[in-house]
Amino acid sequence: MNAKSLPTATHQMGHDVGGLDVAAIRQDFPLLTTPFHGKPMVYLDSAVSGQIPQIVIERMDHYQRFEHTNVHRGVSTLSQEATDRFEEAREKVRGFLNAASTKEIIWTRGTTEAINLVAQTWGRTNIHPGDEILLSAMEHHANIVPWQMLAAEKGATIRVLPMNDAGELLLEDLDALLTPRTKFLGLIQVSNVLGTINPVKEIIAKAHAKGVCVLVDGAQSVPHLAVDVQDLDADFFVFSGHKLSGPTGIGVLYGKKALLEKMPPWQGGGSMILAVSWEKTTYIGLPGKFEAGTPAITQAIGLGAAIDYLQGIGLERIAAYEQQLLTYATAQLSKIEGLRIIGTAHEKASVISFVLDSIHPHDVGSILDHEGIVVRAGHHCAQPVMQRMGVPATTRASFAYYNTKEDVDALVAGILKVKEIFG
Amino acid sequence: MSDPRELYQQVILEHNKKPRNFGKLEPCTHHAHGLNPLCGDDIEITLVVEDGIVKDLKFQGHGCAISQASSSLMTVNVKGKPVTEAETMVEQFREMIRGKLDPATDPHLLGKLTLFQGVKDLPSRVKCAVLPWATLHSALEGDGATSTE
Repeated sequence: MNAKSLPTATHQMGHDVGGLDVAAIRQDFPLLTTPFHGKPMVYLDSAVSGQIPQIVIERMDHYQRFEHTNVHRGVSTLSQEATDRFEEAREKVRGFLNAASTKEIIWTRGTTEAINLVAQTWGRTNIHPGDEILLSAMEHHANIVPWQMLAAEKGATIRVLPMNDAGELLLEDLDALLTPRTKFLGLIQVSNVLGTINPVKEIIAKAHAKGVCVLVDGAQSVPHLAVDVQDLDADFFVFSGHKLSGPTGIGVLYGKKALLEKMPPWQGGGSMILAVSWEKTTYIGLPGKFEAGTPAITQAIGLGAAIDYLQGIGLERIAAYEQQLLTYATAQLSKIEGLRIIGTAHEKASVISFVLDSIHPHDVGSILDHEGIVVRAGHHCAQPVMQRMGVPATTRASFAYYNTKEDVDALVAGILKVKEIFG
Repeated sequence: MSDPRELYQQVILEHNKKPRNFGKLEPCTHHAHGLNPLCGDDIEITLVVEDGIVKDLKFQGHGCAISQASSSLMTVNVKGKPVTEAETMVEQFREMIRGKLDPATDPHLLGKLTLFQGVKDLPSRVKCAVLPWATLHSALEGDGATSTE
């Protein structure tokens, strides 16, 4: 590759299986086509982090080799072009979420940082002693702990919207939990443990009817379904680049412009200021107000390339294909004696948590690992979900658009081996 | 490790299924709580130490087969030993799991506990095997709580 040639998408559609040419897609992923423990790689851990296609890796490589300098600084052509690439990535995110403006797209390190930003700016301004912060029972730690810290600081109370044994939120309890003291609702769109797809649009409408601000955690939803923040009417929407076949170290906070404008800045430093003197400092407008210091430029451009890649395949085709995989995997796993799926909501994304007899998930995970099968075993950064479901941990297989029925079959064979070893 | 069966040997599976010295000593002279936050392994160890000898010890809690079997086999091997010897075993077990002590050539007091040497090839499981030993160390030191994180 030279300075003039940018990586371009190479994969062709054809030989579609269930709407996607998965064999061709898999060729785009160096990690998926490299043997693991001497066996074909069976990567069933995309909920922990998605794999990165070659074209995204090459886009970041190209930026670092030929385009890199700092952004929003200086008058050099190089700086202007780096800034242009960086801002183009922001525009790609805007389009991806269908936000009204790029002013509403704030770069963060990831979902966790985005939620902390909201808690410490919007939260510190709007949460007062005696107020209630409502969170769903299936939040992961990133959408629990920042609010607990804020509640402790402000003398506010955390309340929890419960779920049933299938892992579906009890919407009939929502009205009673939205009290005059409720100021905020934090809601995961797709559960990273249970796979549940929550009816966030309906819940947001109910919250808004009571004047409650809503943050939607989209870390697990954006890889599986098309999101339109305006249609959802989300006040805040957050996600991480690395769940979306992009790099780590980059994520997004979407916020409605009217809310973001009223919020105080978070971190202070270069890039977020208009003018600094010893007497008085003034800040720039959105989105720079929330982006102190040098941002993750390479990663932002990489995330933009990942969005292009996914949109090139088609988010709706991805969703349809993953539903087929989910149906197949659910049926195959259900045939295994002693295997119990945790999370059986009617509306699910392609995430399956399970327990197997009384065998601990870490033992399951270690033996599967030896078979070249990568799953997650543990509490999935969602200990309250484990407590609610009455299990200390689960094994989780999560399926992406680059997985196949053969991956499911390998998982089933691996689980049978675990059962054989444990007798 | 060429095969997971090298780690998941019958003795380990059997101790996982039927852990020895499972429970809690009341009263006790020493106790500690051990937590492996990565995995959620959670054990509590209680001991009765008299005249520098570990007269009795029990463990309770939950976790993977490696942490449960390691706890069970530890209690069996430490019971009745002088505290100084138990501390030596803590150190030797850790060294073995880190690959710094080879039970085939280096002198040691570990006996059957050498079953766990296969864990050294599974870095993600080292904390599970070491948890009861780290917890025993905390109990003997009077720390009350430990974490393998």
